[in-house]
Amino acid sequence: MAQFTRALAGTALVTVALGGPAAAQSLVISNWDGYMPEDLLDRFTEATGIAAELSVHATNEEIMGRLVAGGGAGFDVVFVSSPFAEALHALGLTAELNHDLIPNAANLYPEAQNLEYDPGNTFSMPYAWGTTGLCYRADLVETAPTSWTDLLDPPADLAGEVTMLSTDRWLMAAGLLALGYSVNDTDPAHIDEARDLLISATDTLLAFDDTTFYSRLVSGEASLVHAWDGWCNYGTAEDPNILFVVPQEGSDLWVDTMVIMASSENQEAAHAFIDFVLDAANHRWVAENILYKVPNEAAMAGLDPALVEAFPNLGMTPGELLEMEQLRDLGEAQRDYTRAVTEVMAAQ
Amino acid sequence: MSTARTRTVLFLAPGLGWLALFMLVPVGIVIADSFFQRGIYGGGVYTFTLENFARAFDPLYAGVLLTSAKIAGLATLAAVLIGYPAAYAIARGPKHRQPLLLFLVMLPFWSNYLIRTYAWIVLLNREGLLNQGLRMLGYDGEPINMLYTDATVVVGLVYNYLPFVILAIYASLSRLSGDLWEVSSDLGASPFDTFRRVILPLSLPGIAAGAVFVFVLSIGNFVTPDLLGGGRVQMVGNLIYDQFLSARDWPFGSALSFLLIGIMMVLLFAQALVVSRSQGEHHG
Repeated sequence: MAQFTRALAGTALVTVALGGPAAAQSLVISNWDGYMPEDLLDRFTEATGIAAELSVHATNEEIMGRLVAGGGAGFDVVFVSSPFAEALHALGLTAELNHDLIPNAANLYPEAQNLEYDPGNTFSMPYAWGTTGLCYRADLVETAPTSWTDLLDPPADLAGEVTMLSTDRWLMAAGLLALGYSVNDTDPAHIDEARDLLISATDTLLAFDDTTFYSRLVSGEASLVHAWDGWCNYGTAEDPNILFVVPQEGSDLWVDTMVIMASSENQEAAHAFIDFVLDAANHRWVAENILYKVPNEAAMAGLDPALVEAFPNLGMTPGELLEMEQLRDLGEAQRDYTRAVTEVMAAQ
Repeated sequence: MSTARTRTVLFLAPGLGWLALFMLVPVGIVIADSFFQRGIYGGGVYTFTLENFARAFDPLYAGVLLTSAKIAGLATLAAVLIGYPAAYAIARGPKHRQPLLLFLVMLPFWSNYLIRTYAWIVLLNREGLLNQGLRMLGYDGEPINMLYTDATVVVGLVYNYLPFVILAIYASLSRLSGDLWEVSSDLGASPFDTFRRVILPLSLPGIAAGAVFVFVLSIGNFVTPDLLGGGRVQMVGNLIYDQFLSARDWPFGSALSFLLIGIMMVLLFAQALVVSRSQGEHHG
């Protein structure tokens, strides 16, 4: 039987490869590069007989651009952060989720089933969650950083050894939080204030970096970087001197979600994929592989304690995460954010 | 219609069709987009506005355009100064060795642009090969950070576009008859005078072609400033890239692209002028 389904999956793949009529139940999934175990799609195909291929995007903005330009055409399941899922929903590009087809959704923490951006997970399923903070080389900094100000106006010994995220929500969050404002603040005066603070911060910056900051820490090129918790773990894995801290002013709770495109012709298969990911064993494999927290109680319960010891931020509880401020879509004010970020980047 | 005309039309059709479909149409869309307002999540709202152009001339963005022109200009100057002697040496060298030398000039293109540029990061970063080398030679101060400056971006651009300049200048030098040197010297000109008054003016079209090539490719480049400028050196190419892929402000990105296309067209026109004038002198 297994051989039969594999043969069937093989046929589906070949059909797609030949560019013939789209085989029924063959999925296109877009995710960040390296944000799921390499064998996950093969395992999915093996378990369900549904062929799936991976398309990668580097940032939320990039996939958002593709989806908006094409009305979502060509994609079945897309991984995006919650504010972007919210925006896709507002644009009518996401499908309504049918929970009867996703029984494994019951594995999620109760907190993860009732997040502000999508109570009841009607159009998005949480895949991974965490916060943003400071990732640093304990052996290269004189005093351990504790505040967003340590990033924006670092002590003299760290000047020129600091990197920051440049994607709009997280860059702005660093400025807003340092000033005591909300990560979702839409007051234009506050946005301008944060922008000016960020412009002054570029003086001590080594570079803006959204993708290779942890390797800069490992090589010693940078000592302190603005980072997502899970990505800091990639540095820790190579050098135990690399630590993560949430600044005292607090931070954001981001949730990376899976959404199904309304335009997808494979709705059932897309639901099957989400259900497959949320399976306790599969989702645990995801957490162990990408070193990010997953909002799946059953999966986290089975996580190897040695892993949590090596990467302490994997041990943050849902309660601790929910103390952070949930990132929301900004609607019209998104224009002001992107303009402010463009001005920060253009200022020299 | 004569058969010759039919043949011309037939042969031109695929090329013209390709250009019309894949160049004129996209450029038309970009130009149209630049007069719209932005949508919240990307795309455009179809209300006519000149705001995008007004914004492009805001000192902040005009400054980015000037920085880009400065970086591209420096890269062009450096590439011509380095490339001319190389092209001259190849063109004046023994005929049988020229194919090998030209082949060596083209060799870097065998590897990917991104990888060639990334290699500079490995060389220049604080813990990079150059700093390690300095330390082995006895330097024991703070590691020198040579990355993420305007100068690094210029170095990256020169490195990547130098072969084009060498080839363009070689092409115009190799067309010159060897008799020119002989005649000039027979008439009493010193080798320097021969170069300055005969060879250099005749190779001007090659210099112009190479220079415009480097400048046009450099001013719109966004990969090199992104990697070697660390996001801190912002060129107009990065600004446009960000408008489409991160800020989701397509109309503003389109307006900037439109201005860039304008600059490039003026330059290409100027280059065509240089070429036709020097050819005019040649034959006239």
